[in-house]
Amino acid sequence: MNNAVGEAQTIVLLGGNSDIGVAVVKAAITSFTRTVVLASRTYDKGEQVAATIRRDGLDVQVVAFDGADTASHEGFVDALATRFGDLDLVVVAFAALGDPEATRTSPMAAAELAHVNFTGAVSSIIAVGNRLRAQGHGALVVLSSVAGERVRQANPVYGGTKAGLDGFCQGYGDWLAGQGVRMLVVRPGFVHSAMTAGMKAAPLSTTPEKVAEVTVKALRGRRRTVWAPPLLQVLFSVLRHLPGPVWRRLPLG
Amino acid sequence: MKNLRALTGWGRNNASVAEVRPVPNHEVAAALHDVGTRGALARGLGRCYGDAAQNGGGVVVRLLGAGHEAMLHPEAGTVTVPGGVSIDDLLRVIVPRGWFVPVTAGTRYVTVGGAIASDIHGKNHHVEGSFGNHVVSLDLLLADGSVVTVGPEVQPDLYWATVGGQGLTGIILAATFRLLPIGSSRMVVDTNRIANLDALFAAMDEGDDRYRYSVAWIDLMARGGSLGRSVLTRGDHATVAQLEGRAAADPLTYDPSVIASVPPVIPPQGVLNKLTVAAFNELWFRKAPRERVDELQTIASFFHPLDMLSHWNRLYGVHGLVQYQFVVPFGAEDTMRAVIERISSAGVTSFLAVLKRFGAANPAPLSFPRPGWTLALDVPGAVHRLGPLLHELDRLVLDAGGRHYLAKDGVTTPEMISRGYPRLAEWQAVQHRLDPTGRWQSDLSRRLRLTAPGGTS
Repeated sequence: MNNAVGEAQTIVLLGGNSDIGVAVVKAAITSFTRTVVLASRTYDKGEQVAATIRRDGLDVQVVAFDGADTASHEGFVDALATRFGDLDLVVVAFAALGDPEATRTSPMAAAELAHVNFTGAVSSIIAVGNRLRAQGHGALVVLSSVAGERVRQANPVYGGTKAGLDGFCQGYGDWLAGQGVRMLVVRPGFVHSAMTAGMKAAPLSTTPEKVAEVTVKALRGRRRTVWAPPLLQVLFSVLRHLPGPVWRRLPLG
Repeated sequence: MKNLRALTGWGRNNASVAEVRPVPNHEVAAALHDVGTRGALARGLGRCYGDAAQNGGGVVVRLLGAGHEAMLHPEAGTVTVPGGVSIDDLLRVIVPRGWFVPVTAGTRYVTVGGAIASDIHGKNHHVEGSFGNHVVSLDLLLADGSVVTVGPEVQPDLYWATVGGQGLTGIILAATFRLLPIGSSRMVVDTNRIANLDALFAAMDEGDDRYRYSVAWIDLMARGGSLGRSVLTRGDHATVAQLEGRAAADPLTYDPSVIASVPPVIPPQGVLNKLTVAAFNELWFRKAPRERVDELQTIASFFHPLDMLSHWNRLYGVHGLVQYQFVVPFGAEDTMRAVIERISSAGVTSFLAVLKRFGAANPAPLSFPRPGWTLALDVPGAVHRLGPLLHELDRLVLDAGGRHYLAKDGVTTPEMISRGYPRLAEWQAVQHRLDPTGRWQSDLSRRLRLTAPGGTS
């Protein structure tokens, strides 16, 4: 159960290797927090992250989780609840950027990326949503991306998966709201992280820590969608409506 | 169709959704036949500030009951009341007949069941203890569907586990408790304006025992030499001889009124900010007389001033309010001062706080009052970095051997509660014996891991 000042007792991160996900979890931890669960495909990396979070009075657990293995999601969430009790804050952060060149041309590579980023994300969000509805409270943070706001030719499969995920979350989040469950969709811009290492930064680039700050602050408010940095919302309200010929010529990285 | 409702405490934050079932007493057991793994809990009028009367994902039972169902036994000086009846309803029945409740909180909108489950205290704790001290017997619906009658003399372990037991031992269907005979519905009150905290401790130590009722209202926004400036009000029920004029002609008239109601639409940030509250606190301190004796007041204005403004919690906006109440033992006055200094220096907006001197504790393992000083303060939930500030205060309180009041609590942790309540394990043993499958649950019980491991799902 959260406390009266909005602090979470049990925090779960699906995508324990996500820089943004880890930053959000770190920002959400307070002295009220008792349990943090890092769920990731690779145990060793999860343990490295856990070591940076562990401290007295805080139980940090690393558990195996595969976003692509949709058949396992329901059982996985049930097992979490059995082991840790009510889940107060669940951050869904796993995603791959994919190789833009490969995914643009290989049906197999495209399907694989779409499966993890969209199908796997939707499946795990519904598994978590079911649990939060059953406990009558809880918050779900889903990392979307501005890449899905208007999909660019530079990485259309990735952008498409985020567009689909974001759209799903808008509708599903509204449905959850009537049942005591809070959905927050976060749309970061270009974030300097492991995922984007070596890439040319887009305008208004940001860091995982700044995204986390915006996210945790928004969890205390009532908004269901936030942008990081917030100025991106203004920028995209223009970009979204640019005529195609203009949009295609923009140097957006 | 399930009646799903988002419920909060009086603090209006940290909601959870539960299935609410309003039922009359004789149907409660039947209404609970299909309770699932999230369990059930009785909820009264929702005046606990935190999550004690919420049960997210589970069933919340609202007992129906009316004041006219109260049965007065004048020769014994007791009354038998269904658990869902409010102190408000009860007072309307008993005051005109010359009786008063043994203990009342700062609001009369609490049910009898809730008063026992929270073991509420009032301004008379230093002489008469808390609500559980005055109960003769109560009927408790147990997890297995049976009803037992318990009291301090009958199955005392079960009785004292229920007093202050947060509804986790069963549902209190009815209770019989002793009343206080009164000669009039007026209070005779002495008021003193006190310049600072030291003077307040001294005045209460010296004079409280001469009064049945005593409480101090503290301005927590005052600093420096005025730290802890307060208005001390003490009194007792007036006898007919002390009344004058019209009041004497109709000494037991009782007509508490609600003057105004806060509308549901308030700016999200609330209207209680540093400026408005500081101005209010200043005005309130200035308007209090330096010293006044034998003033006549009504029961409502002496005990329940905030009840005159219904839905006053809405003034705090979307983040609601957090009430923080703790007790520290006598001898830990320095801790009380440190807490007040910390709040004052943090510049936290705090409406009038209440300081009270507690008397002896009762045998209930989870009863809050113990000999010492208790402070209750309201803080807007929107205050920046309120969590870290309260956790800092938590440590001061626990290090001094103090503890927090579960009926107000919304922020503490399991570790803090087991430190503050050293007899928690004793209570858990009784609770687990009564409810091995975790039929009774609440958001508070889950947050604080109150019930023994294995007892909840």
